Amino acid sequence: MKHIDEYRDRELVEKLARKIGKEVTRNWNIMEVCGGQTHAIMKYNLLQLLPPEISLIHGPGCPVCVTPIEMIDHAIALARLDRVILTSFGDMLRVPGSISDLLTEKARGGDIRMVYSPLDAVELAASNSEYEVIFFAVGFETTAPAVALAIQQAKKRNLNNFSVLVSHVLVPPAIEALLSSADHRIDAFLAAGHVCAIMGTHEYLPIAEKHRLPIVITGFEPVDILMGIFHAIEMLEQGRFGIKNSYSRIVKPEGNQKAQDLLKEVFVEEEREWRGIGPIPLSGYILSDGYSNFDAVKRYKLKKGIAADYGSCMAGLVLTGRKRPSECINFGTTCIPERPMGAPMVSSEGACAAYYKYHRSSANLQ
Amino acid sequence: MCLAVPGKIVSIDRSNPDSPMASVQFGATTRDISIQWLADVKVGEYILAHVGTALSKVDEEDAMFTLNALREMGEIE
Ligand code: SF4
Repeated sequence: MKHIDEYRDRELVEKLARKIGKEVTRNWNIMEVCGGQTHAIMKYNLLQLLPPEISLIHGPGCPVCVTPIEMIDHAIALARLDRVILTSFGDMLRVPGSISDLLTEKARGGDIRMVYSPLDAVELAASNSEYEVIFFAVGFETTAPAVALAIQQAKKRNLNNFSVLVSHVLVPPAIEALLSSADHRIDAFLAAGHVCAIMGTHEYLPIAEKHRLPIVITGFEPVDILMGIFHAIEMLEQGRFGIKNSYSRIVKPEGNQKAQDLLKEVFVEEEREWRGIGPIPLSGYILSDGYSNFDAVKRYKLKKGIAADYGSCMAGLVLTGRKRPSECINFGTTCIPERPMGAPMVSSEGACAAYYKYHRSSANLQ
Repeated sequence: MCLAVPGKIVSIDRSNPDSPMASVQFGATTRDISIQWLADVKVGEYILAHVGTALSKVDEEDAMFTLNALREMGEIE
């Protein structure tokens, strides 16, 4: 496929890896924020191609992984109601809540449907007026605009049987939270290109300047990721900090202004709990006053849940890059994708699942 | 989750001004994608799509420039 295959070219990947090897003179820790990038790094075995001086540490950028247990419990409670169709992305179905998961609820007869787009959930509401259709919305700034669009369309079409359980999280506050902890070991960030396709690059400059480190906006294919690493290493070796856009075919500095305007209209920022990490100020969206009618938490008067006990799952340490999945005692034994103990093993973008699936293989380059 | 894929626009339907849509080809599959936020896209152009919406247009010139620069990049500097 055009604009994908070119960036999986083995020759270019190996050439970039050699360039990085020539540039690097000391040890650096680079965190890729986004789970999609973690997935690609494992799939294409990029860790093995990089010089030993470079450690890639995997960040919290898996929205499914960080969705608080309380939200999963809310979704399950909603799915158990009569005449409710609960919709979400496929990834959410297997995430364990405190007592059950959505797939189990579906097997028990709950009307739970996977949709490709939140816009499909709006259509479902339009054609099933005798049912309440609820969309369980997770994702970063990449996904939130599509949800905002769905809510705006539902409002324009006067669909009173549509509501949304909003669990969106935002990337810059999470980066800021990671950098504010005293024991972090991050020298540079690869920032998620698809978040920046919407939000642009301006939110990252103040963070890079405050913490004096490089933040490189990076794509998701192997060539893109190595180019991001190359630019980060170049800046680190020269003692420079700031932002660099390595994904300019997709990301423009201003981002997608119209999508940003819609986000401002439909959502407001609020403190949000990140599963495994804890509360982060202004790191999540809730519906603005003009759209609060569509808030499933308010419509169904959902009560605050209890904090979860994670047992021996160390998802928090994995999500903040303090431990690798393979350092967890449960990894690959009591915790496997078919029987996940924590969210990073559930989602295909979770670091634990990526490690499990792509253990040592570079067969996926072309 | 943040999986967003480039696809080629095969047709555009602006008959509903509130909801402009494009039919977009991704390899062997074609999907209807909202182009609400990209006013000026044309048939034949590539967009980056995510959960039913087009996030941005792929800048072909930029892509070509970067790839050529990478291919021509010398090994020793
Ligand atoms: S391997 Fe399983 S138990 Fe261990 S941190 Fe990952 S999800 Fe949790």
